[in-house]
Amino acid sequence: MRTLLEVVGLSVSFDGFKAINNLSFDIRPAELRAVIGPNGAGKTTFMDIVTGKTKPDHGSVLWGEKSVNLVGLDEAEIAQAGIGRKFQKPTVFEDQTVFENLLMSLSSKRDVWSVFTYRRTEADCASVDKLALDIGLGDDLHRVAGELSHGQKQWLEIGMLLAQDPKLLLVDEPAAGMTPEEREKTTAILVEAAKTRAVVVVEHDMEFVRRLNCRVTVLHEGSVLAEGSLDHVTSNQEVIDVYLGR
Amino acid sequence: MMCSGEGLLASPINEVLGAHRDTILKSSRKSIGPAITALAESGLRSAEVTLEIWRDKDMWYRASDDKFYRVEGDDVFDLASGQRIATFVKDEYKQIKPNSGVRAIISSALVGFHLNSTDRDKRLAAIKSIQRNPKPEYLLTLKASIAEESDAYLLDIKSQLLQILTIQYGTTPQNRIAAIEAVSRSLSLDIRAALNPILATELRLGDAIPEGANLVRILTPGTDGFPVKTAYDMLVKQKLATPIPTKAEVLTALEDNIDAARVGDVPVAQLFDPEKRLEAYEVLQKQGLAPKRPSEAEVLSAVNSYIFYEQYLEENAAVTEAAKKALRSIETKVNLFRTVDLGLDALSLASIYFLAAIGLAITFGVMGVINMAHGEFIMMGAYTGYVIQQIIPDHTISIIVAVPVAFVVTFGAGVAMERLVIRWLYNRPLETLLATFGISIALQQIAKNIFGTQARPLTSPEWLGGSWVINDVVSISYIRIAIFAMALLFFAVFLFIIKRSRLGLETRAVTQNPAMASAMGINPDRVNMLTFGLGSGVAGIAGVAIGLFAKVTSEMGNDYIVQSFMSVVVGGVGNIWGALAGATLVGFMQKGIEWFNPSNTLAAQTYMILFVIIFIQFRPRGIIALKGRAAGD
Amino acid sequence: MTASHYRRNALIFVLILSLFTVLVSALSAGAGSDVIATSFIKTLGKTLCLALVAIAMDLIWGYAGILSLGHFAFFALGGYMIGMWLMYERTKDIVTQSLNQATIPPTDQEIIDGIGTQIFGVVGSNEFPVIWMFADSLIAQALLVILVPALLAYLFGWFAFRSRVTGVYLSILTQAFTLALSLYLFQNESGLRGNNGLSGLQNLPYVDANQDLVSLWFFWASAVALGLGYLGASYVVSGKFGSVMRAIRDNEARVRFLGYKVETYKLAVFVGTAIIAAIAGALYYPQAGIVNPAEMAPIASIYLAVWVAIGGRGRLYGSVIGAIIVSLLSTWFTGGQAPDLSFGVFTLKWVDWWQVLLGVSFVLVTLYAPKGIGGLFDLLSRRGPSS
Repeated sequence: MRTLLEVVGLSVSFDGFKAINNLSFDIRPAELRAVIGPNGAGKTTFMDIVTGKTKPDHGSVLWGEKSVNLVGLDEAEIAQAGIGRKFQKPTVFEDQTVFENLLMSLSSKRDVWSVFTYRRTEADCASVDKLALDIGLGDDLHRVAGELSHGQKQWLEIGMLLAQDPKLLLVDEPAAGMTPEEREKTTAILVEAAKTRAVVVVEHDMEFVRRLNCRVTVLHEGSVLAEGSLDHVTSNQEVIDVYLGR
Repeated sequence: MMCSGEGLLASPINEVLGAHRDTILKSSRKSIGPAITALAESGLRSAEVTLEIWRDKDMWYRASDDKFYRVEGDDVFDLASGQRIATFVKDEYKQIKPNSGVRAIISSALVGFHLNSTDRDKRLAAIKSIQRNPKPEYLLTLKASIAEESDAYLLDIKSQLLQILTIQYGTTPQNRIAAIEAVSRSLSLDIRAALNPILATELRLGDAIPEGANLVRILTPGTDGFPVKTAYDMLVKQKLATPIPTKAEVLTALEDNIDAARVGDVPVAQLFDPEKRLEAYEVLQKQGLAPKRPSEAEVLSAVNSYIFYEQYLEENAAVTEAAKKALRSIETKVNLFRTVDLGLDALSLASIYFLAAIGLAITFGVMGVINMAHGEFIMMGAYTGYVIQQIIPDHTISIIVAVPVAFVVTFGAGVAMERLVIRWLYNRPLETLLATFGISIALQQIAKNIFGTQARPLTSPEWLGGSWVINDVVSISYIRIAIFAMALLFFAVFLFIIKRSRLGLETRAVTQNPAMASAMGINPDRVNMLTFGLGSGVAGIAGVAIGLFAKVTSEMGNDYIVQSFMSVVVGGVGNIWGALAGATLVGFMQKGIEWFNPSNTLAAQTYMILFVIIFIQFRPRGIIALKGRAAGD
Repeated sequence: MTASHYRRNALIFVLILSLFTVLVSALSAGAGSDVIATSFIKTLGKTLCLALVAIAMDLIWGYAGILSLGHFAFFALGGYMIGMWLMYERTKDIVTQSLNQATIPPTDQEIIDGIGTQIFGVVGSNEFPVIWMFADSLIAQALLVILVPALLAYLFGWFAFRSRVTGVYLSILTQAFTLALSLYLFQNESGLRGNNGLSGLQNLPYVDANQDLVSLWFFWASAVALGLGYLGASYVVSGKFGSVMRAIRDNEARVRFLGYKVETYKLAVFVGTAIIAAIAGALYYPQAGIVNPAEMAPIASIYLAVWVAIGGRGRLYGSVIGAIIVSLLSTWFTGGQAPDLSFGVFTLKWVDWWQVLLGVSFVLVTLYAPKGIGGLFDLLSRRGPSS
């Protein structure tokens, strides 16, 4: 099968500091992938570039069957193309209810007029109900998101991503600040999601990555240091040097 | 002049006067000319004194010896030597009473003498008098006086005046052309004023163009902005055609001839139609009830039977050609210097904006706090200056005192505002904007309540009063130079504070990462308070500076706040260099736009703001932008 | 707040507004009573228009998070557009009547010249500028009430949002835009009578009715506009569009990653609220009688923000309450009706000190009651803080 996302020769620098340096790798459809690396390895910048937040100096990001170059598109266009992103900190709309958060995220026409004239349909309400059940917020639909616990907000955000029905899900440190039970549930949600779409998880926590049980890419100084199963990369001498600081 | 070698009895001055005795005694403006000329051109050293005596009505005629004397009180003096020669006896003497016309002629003759006077002020007065009232007869006198002029400055203006007189009254065209060419590099307004009348033109008409006319162009009625109507009006004015009745005249004629709700067979009710009106008038005209109204064809044929042309009043074509050329060359030079002048104007405007904006660059740029009351701090500084001038009358001392006091006052106000309001609103910029705006309207109204609505003066010291005149086109007032110097000084001082001082270091640290800064032992509260106070204090000083040349009113802050924000935003938020670049751009832009449309400073401001809005499109972070991730989103 | 709450609030609002309108009408001079003077009817009518523009301000600021300091400019522009028709037709009426007194009926050109001299005499002209070409058509000018502010808002918004200027920067830009517009209109060359503005707008042309009646008509029109505006705004903010607006206010980057084109939404809200403001202005200025460039000085737009903040932003009724209370109090205090306070040596004149009080109370509201007066209603309805 062809690749879903192909990153080719990506470079970007800030004030001379090379955050991403000739980075190339690819992701297949319906693949779960973990990206790990020490601080400053360029994990977040990589996500910024793919989602259109940062413009790279060189290189291209090719997407989907037709290999469309995503560089130059804005965030909304990329999101509409089918890439969803979850930030490190949970960012849900705290003033609005779980229902409103999910309804807004639900895959549908995004143009001003369609949204302006939108009337709630049975089908949409059903989709929202189902999503809420999936992320364990079935009883909290009409609670304001700001009242949710930290873990619940993380799930809500993942739920919002799933509502968009993206082909690729970029998840930044989903397990940070969670209790062990919450982690387990998060793992389950992600593994389940990866059955129908590609999921890229950026994570520090090795234990969490091990539980995901997937292919791992190690970034260092803005390029790929190693790739393979977790056991494979953790036995790589270079990786050990980088993590232990040589 | 008083000690003269002329004898008492054989006084040559009396000979000259005697020759014109009758006309002098008659003292008529029409006939006195030769007498005065003879006296002025006699070459006698006592002629000047005599003319003055005559003008002052102190000259008396004694019939017994047919001589003229000066009489003062009871004493009679000889005209030339000034020696007392007799006691005044009323019956023996007859006073010469020149009327105002004669006195004017004497005065103008005296100007020639004064040009050579030993008294510099008299010479200057004479020159000024010729400048005011140039006459051909001064030409030779002036020329002669130049040779003997010792004062460099007077020599300069005398030479220039001579050129002007030569241009206007030179005896031969060659002389005049030479004079015109000589001044073609001058920038003097007087020279330009002398050249322009040579190029004055007049519209004329006739059957043919006269021989040797110094023609500008031939006008074809109906073209070159010369409508047939204008041509016909010229004919009418010269009684060569009958006038076209105006609309009002037509209307009056119609009104005067209403007969049973009809005018010339047309019902009055139909006369809202211009066609019908003319129809009715036609009828009236045929009945002889209204003056003739020439038809369009008649107008056209009347106009076409004459030639219309524009002619120089000056007859000599070579002279007008030379004047044209000289004016063109002067124009080029004047434009060049105007550009320089405009540059100086723009620079001084930029300095003012910079002074107004530098405080904002600190509070808004460095701290990220938007202070809508910044303009009111400027106003507060200006009023502080005003109050101090009421206490200390000496302008120099009061300004020297006002600057630090204004700083202290506004520093205090800034610190108070930061402590009471702003610190509760960090990270809520929109609320800060509105809260400081509330303070702004309150401060404005308080100032209005205290000082009233009328503008209060802030007088600059005398030594800042004048301006530095480079030539007739370029000049700059000392106050603007002082403000420019002040802006530079402030720039240097603040650059030093931000880059080199402990406070600057701490400010930058707190701005970039308050949590980290406080972990390093910096007290962010204190730093914020001081920085804000500093920014406000500068606004106070800027207020004193601005008050020196602008009106001090409670609303003066409004005039600067938007431009200040523009300067900071355009320049690039976050550093002093940005404020400098922004103020320079905004100042120069504004003056530049004013140059295109000098009559309209309102339009200049409008376009200026539009420019800034569009500029932001291309440099959203300003001219001097912080780069990289530190700049944030 | 859920959709059903919005519906309930909107119903309550319309009910109160209707009762108020009926009550005021019954007590007005136009209805034959003399309890409420005609001048006060005008004040009330104007206040309703201000409440409408406050709703527009609440939509753009309270809901979409864009602190526009330019919406009063659109308000005044609306007044200008309808004012052109009112002034033209009214002057035409007068000029025609006076010319018809003459023995000979006037030509069309004479009438137009007469109108031109009447209107533009104060700026030393008698020619009609091009922008007055539709001034004789009520329909055209009524369309321009919407089109001109909408076009300006579109152009400005397109530039500003496209470059992703946000927060205080945007506020300053909108303020600059307003200043530019008012400076432009201050010029005689603008074709709108420079600083004289348009005047005599309280007179309806060709209508033989006294001011008692006319003011009542405008009061009704203002009430209807406010009611419709409130219902419309309620509908918008309670639906998905409102959800997106609030989301943009709280975290616009996140909204982008959800696939919404934030810039387009902002532009739509900016233009839409500009139109509401313009309609409010088109109803306000005929009641005020005069519109001039000073009306759109940046400070007016800031006052608008003040009303909304004091009333409580993010709540439609809050903005309405804020506009009504603050503008009525302003009229009362600055009109010299408020009794002066005497402290022996010092007498506090409200005409002089009201502005200070307003400024200070604004600071206090921002600091201590960020939810404004509307926050009190939350407490009363025991619904906790959620907008």
